[in-house]
Amino acid sequence: MSTWDWQVFCKETTSGEVASTCFGKGGDITYLDWLLSAWGWTLSVSVLALVVALVFGSLMGILRTTPHRGLVLLGNAWTELFRNIPLLVQIFLWYHVVPALFPILRGVPSFILVVMGLGLFTSARISEQVRAGIQSLAGGQRMAGLAMGFSLPQTYRHVLLPMAYRIIIPPLTSESMNIIKNSSVAFAVSISELTLFALQAQEETSRGIEVYLAVTGLYFISAFAINRAALFIENRVRVPGMIGGGGH
Amino acid sequence: MIEIKNISKWYGAFRVLTDCTTQVEKGEVIVVCGPSGSGKSTLIKCVNGLEAFQQGDIFVNGTSVGDPKTNLPKLRSHVGMVFQHFELFPHMTITENLSIAQVKVLGRSRDEANERGMKLLDRVGLKPHAHKHPGQLSGGQQQRVAIARALSMDPICMLFDEPTSALDPEMVNEVLDVMVQLAHEGMTMMVVTHEMGFARKVSDRVIFMDQGSIVEDATKEDFFGKPRSERAQQFLSKILSH
Repeated sequence: MSTWDWQVFCKETTSGEVASTCFGKGGDITYLDWLLSAWGWTLSVSVLALVVALVFGSLMGILRTTPHRGLVLLGNAWTELFRNIPLLVQIFLWYHVVPALFPILRGVPSFILVVMGLGLFTSARISEQVRAGIQSLAGGQRMAGLAMGFSLPQTYRHVLLPMAYRIIIPPLTSESMNIIKNSSVAFAVSISELTLFALQAQEETSRGIEVYLAVTGLYFISAFAINRAALFIENRVRVPGMIGGGGH
Repeated sequence: MIEIKNISKWYGAFRVLTDCTTQVEKGEVIVVCGPSGSGKSTLIKCVNGLEAFQQGDIFVNGTSVGDPKTNLPKLRSHVGMVFQHFELFPHMTITENLSIAQVKVLGRSRDEANERGMKLLDRVGLKPHAHKHPGQLSGGQQQRVAIARALSMDPICMLFDEPTSALDPEMVNEVLDVMVQLAHEGMTMMVVTHEMGFARKVSDRVIFMDQGSIVEDATKEDFFGKPRSERAQQFLSKILSH
């Protein structure tokens, strides 16, 4: 096995010369520059997809717990549609099929299509968690809200959702970490994110070990940061007197 | 105040309520009792439309509960309800539990709502606990807060659905005391309970239900003294034998 050579990241991508600062100058970029830019793309895809997933997942999860049959059906259909097709296939569908069916989407950048694909795929999973969170509250809470004179939306807003979201923070954390990891499928439609960087950089430099270790490290750090942030939120919103609560 | 007219309700093919008719006058205290599964909780939840019914109608202060055009949230906002399992909002402090519906439903200012809430909390003897969350109170204390929360909306009548059934025995009385006090102040109350002591002490009438029907609807003197139906006699002999 050859020795490791971490200087590979200081090389310029075109000339192959080692830059003294490890960062490229005057329009040239080093592999380190590229790696950081790829990390930025990974985080951008992930964060935007997470926003899409939380918005649609919450909406659909809520619909599935309403007393209106039509809305329940809509939420169920949405969830089944997006969770029964493999993620990679969904990304290709957004890239190849959706713009063909809806010409208005032809000019949309593949970045946006990937965000939608990853976001809606994850929304099906979040919808399932939101539904479970709401249903885990005793039916009495809904009745108590309604009995106070709250409308159904007010009952969700003030009574059901604040507790349901607290309950599902752990699975939502896993889902947020999954989004970071699943964003690697974006390489399939040529988004210059970490996985695409890894494939191309190792090809150009033949330094697969260094390149993949660096990319692995960045994925790990990103997912772990989400994990810590979620733990912080979980502690902040903990309800005193509940199981695991902070006491007086 | 409350008129229940020929109410019937089905869960699928199963009939849970059969042709129930009764009424509660202003200032009256009615106790609804009967074996479990007899439909008493379902009947009381029909009164403010928490449970739908398929036949008959209920009028609360003249407003039809069964009419789809009725503004149910508005009707519910002045019918107080107390549940078996308290159902305080666990993520809110006691103060917030008492004020949120006043602010969001009645449109009172936060100061006004807090002041009203505090007065009621003081009345049920829990003012020092205002800053706590429900999970930090005992069952009896939570139920007293739940009564105060219902009163905060200035209800025209109060519904109690087995308010002491989920409590440890030593906490039953602190809740019943609050209810007795309410009754003496002239509150119109419909109370599903097995507390026959409460029924004897403050009720005007007792309704006995069995298998979804109102079997007996009598003054408390008649109900405890000479129950007409055999079913009510059996029930009374069982729960009063100790």
